[in-house]
Amino acid sequence: MRYLFAGIFFGFVLIKSEVVSWFRIQEMFRFDSIHMYGVLGSAIAIGALSVWIINRFELKDADGNEMKVKSKDNSLNKRYVLGGLIFGLGWALTGACPGPLYVLSGSGLLIMLVPLVSAIVGAWVYGYLRPKLPH
Amino acid sequence: MITELLTEPWPWYIAGPLIGLMLPLLLYIGNRSFGVSSSFRHVCSATLPSKIEYFNYNWRASSWNLWLVAGMIIGGFLGGFVFDNPEPIQLATETRQDLAALGISDFDGMIPNDLFNLTNLLSVKGLIVMILGGFLVGFGARYAGGCTSGHAITGMATFQKASLISTVGFFIGGLIVTYLLLPFILSL
Repeated sequence: MRYLFAGIFFGFVLIKSEVVSWFRIQEMFRFDSIHMYGVLGSAIAIGALSVWIINRFELKDADGNEMKVKSKDNSLNKRYVLGGLIFGLGWALTGACPGPLYVLSGSGLLIMLVPLVSAIVGAWVYGYLRPKLPH
Repeated sequence: MITELLTEPWPWYIAGPLIGLMLPLLLYIGNRSFGVSSSFRHVCSATLPSKIEYFNYNWRASSWNLWLVAGMIIGGFLGGFVFDNPEPIQLATETRQDLAALGISDFDGMIPNDLFNLTNLLSVKGLIVMILGGFLVGFGARYAGGCTSGHAITGMATFQKASLISTVGFFIGGLIVTYLLLPFILSL
């Protein structure tokens, strides 16, 4: 339930910052405005600072456990190059990454359910082809 | 006053830090690592796992992620419907001109309505932008093991090589579409 509230907060910020907008994504890839870079850059900075403080002071979560960000598998390369490229192509076409697909659908733009369902199909096809793909 | 605050768009230096705070928030409330695209995997696992190894796991153990995206849908409803900003986006003039030259004429709202509509689902242009675009987002995000939230924000904030490679990939892919493919696709 607490995650539901975290999601409401996140979804609200995503739409108020207009990063869910196809137009803003185009503006970013055309380097015409600082807006998207400002959002991403300051999010990364605050995220990094938070994690640094958590580690520095060994802060515990609500249940008293040590807080730790799950590590990606940094020993692989191909999946990040290829997956990253493929994701980037899709991001610029739909003008939306996964979060915005949910947020836009919720905002009443029901047409965005089409790319959302399509993205879920894409994830399924990845799972199906996974044993054959280079990672 | 409050209504204005909730209706008007927020500048990047307010919104960005708030998004960054998702990291410590999710860590604090349940030691979870921030990311959205794994929800696609959970949905597949819950609905159509078939015999695929990638989908055969206990998705219920990750139901927090589905609660998160359910919240995001509600957040979108609140921010984009209840407290909708009636004004068009203050887009950079250059972008607007470039897009107008490509045939985009409707700059109201969050998405170009002349591109994203039901009728266009029957056109090649619409199929590429909506169906293929969405497909590549889901396929690519799972292939790379993360999307903008998991890699570009969480992974970059924790200085992971995998996320740096992925994020560079996101941008190269995006630039290829923007500069090489979009002019052709929109002319279809």
